[in-house]
Amino acid sequence: MADLKFTKDHEWVRVDGAVATIGITDYAQEKLGDVVYVELPDIGTRVGQGDEAAVVESVKAASEVYAPLSGEVVEVNDALADAPAGVNDDAMGGGWFVKIKLSDAAELEKLMSEADYKAYLAELD
Amino acid sequence: MSDGSSETAASLATTPLHALHVALSARMVPFAGYDMPVHYPLGVLGEHTHTRTKAGLFDVSHMGQAYVMGPDHQTTAQALEGLVPSDIVGLAPGQQRYTVLLNAEGGIIDDVMVTRPADPAREGHLFMVVNASRKAVDFAHMRAHLPATVVLEPLETHALIALQGPQAVAIFAQHCPAAAGLVFMTATHAAFDGIDIHVSRSGYTGEDGVEVSVAGKDAERLARALLADEAVEPVGLGARDSLRLEAGLCLYGNDIDETTSPVEASIAWVIPKHRRAAADFPGAKRILQELDAGPARKRVGILPDGKAPARAHTPIHAAGAAEGPALGEVTSGGFGPTANGPVAMGYVARAHAKAGTALELMVRGKPRAAHVARLPFTPHAYVRHASD
Repeated sequence: MADLKFTKDHEWVRVDGAVATIGITDYAQEKLGDVVYVELPDIGTRVGQGDEAAVVESVKAASEVYAPLSGEVVEVNDALADAPAGVNDDAMGGGWFVKIKLSDAAELEKLMSEADYKAYLAELD
Repeated sequence: MSDGSSETAASLATTPLHALHVALSARMVPFAGYDMPVHYPLGVLGEHTHTRTKAGLFDVSHMGQAYVMGPDHQTTAQALEGLVPSDIVGLAPGQQRYTVLLNAEGGIIDDVMVTRPADPAREGHLFMVVNASRKAVDFAHMRAHLPATVVLEPLETHALIALQGPQAVAIFAQHCPAAAGLVFMTATHAAFDGIDIHVSRSGYTGEDGVEVSVAGKDAERLARALLADEAVEPVGLGARDSLRLEAGLCLYGNDIDETTSPVEASIAWVIPKHRRAAADFPGAKRILQELDAGPARKRVGILPDGKAPARAHTPIHAAGAAEGPALGEVTSGGFGPTANGPVAMGYVARAHAKAGTALELMVRGKPRAAHVARLPFTPHAYVRHASD
């Protein structure tokens, strides 16, 4: 089973071998409201852990999506360009943003487990 | 993302509809010192579209309401004309007008609605609605400048409720038949299911609709009577902003402020010919000079060519000159649900203000092509004639 991790900025990471799929959590999409625009990086872009990887805009505001892990962008979810509401409809699945080829798997240790993230959300509300 | 509303809630003012917002599961945020609904469970997009297609109910009770009261219409209207550049003396009973309070330099202290009440018992009175964020400034300014015979009486406990959209007036008239007889920018005192109200056919969405001033104690009953209609949804400040942006209407503090003149703001139409000739309003020298020679900068509509929204404070450059100095900046911008794409407005140097002029917007440091567009982005649906 793929390893699911979370950040305090409400990104999720699903690691499968050397590639991590990244998106924003259901909590994040609900806070953002209706997503109307998603800006994705170019394939081949190198990002460091915590760098801006994408931008998501709702009717209310623009927010950055940070790379939870360092690596090279190998795939982006082009479907979001024409249907940004996909982020609201399926944030944890079809609404993914980018796939990154990891450069340092040890960085995963810095991220939260699903249980830790749920506890973190409980503190926020 | 932060949600700082909870810790400050205690110091915020509330409107007479606050309990209703909470009961309707609104997301509440601080706005102009009030705890206000930014959206309801339907969400900003749904509320926006609902208002454009059916009817949306807005609580705008945070706005300032006041009567300016003198011995007769001529005296009161002349006194107010000393503070605004529009025709107030010429208002017919029941007529409403949009105007601006000006400072001595011709800058906009606030944009306001002025109504001459239709009720003969209110002879000599003018009803004003001013922005929430400006009411303290406006009222102090008016008190300081109105003559002793004309007094300002704020309606501190009244609610202001708007019902906007193509079905708004028909729904409202089921409870208040008098509303159906109003045309755009006229008003009357009336009864709504036996409740005393002052209703005007106006709004801030570009749609047909009404704005209703009602005693705070009656506000929830009135709002619930309207919400009982299945075509009515409550609408928060989020959609209020996207609706007014598509309608090309100014938001005080964003698009206009004490440094912008009505000419720069492209609302010089509030100044009629006879006031221009008389030059008898605050800041007349600057304003007439700008009318004559053209202002240095002008508020324009801006349509990004791509899909990226450009928000307030986005720098605007001439096409192909992203490296050079900015022409101005976006003052309001975002996604227009009815326009189905990004829409914005902002100030540009006059030479770049013509519709169709190519621009570049620096969105997060990247130049994005855009062009000057005519306002509004969504056609106004005002009912200007009784036969409409």
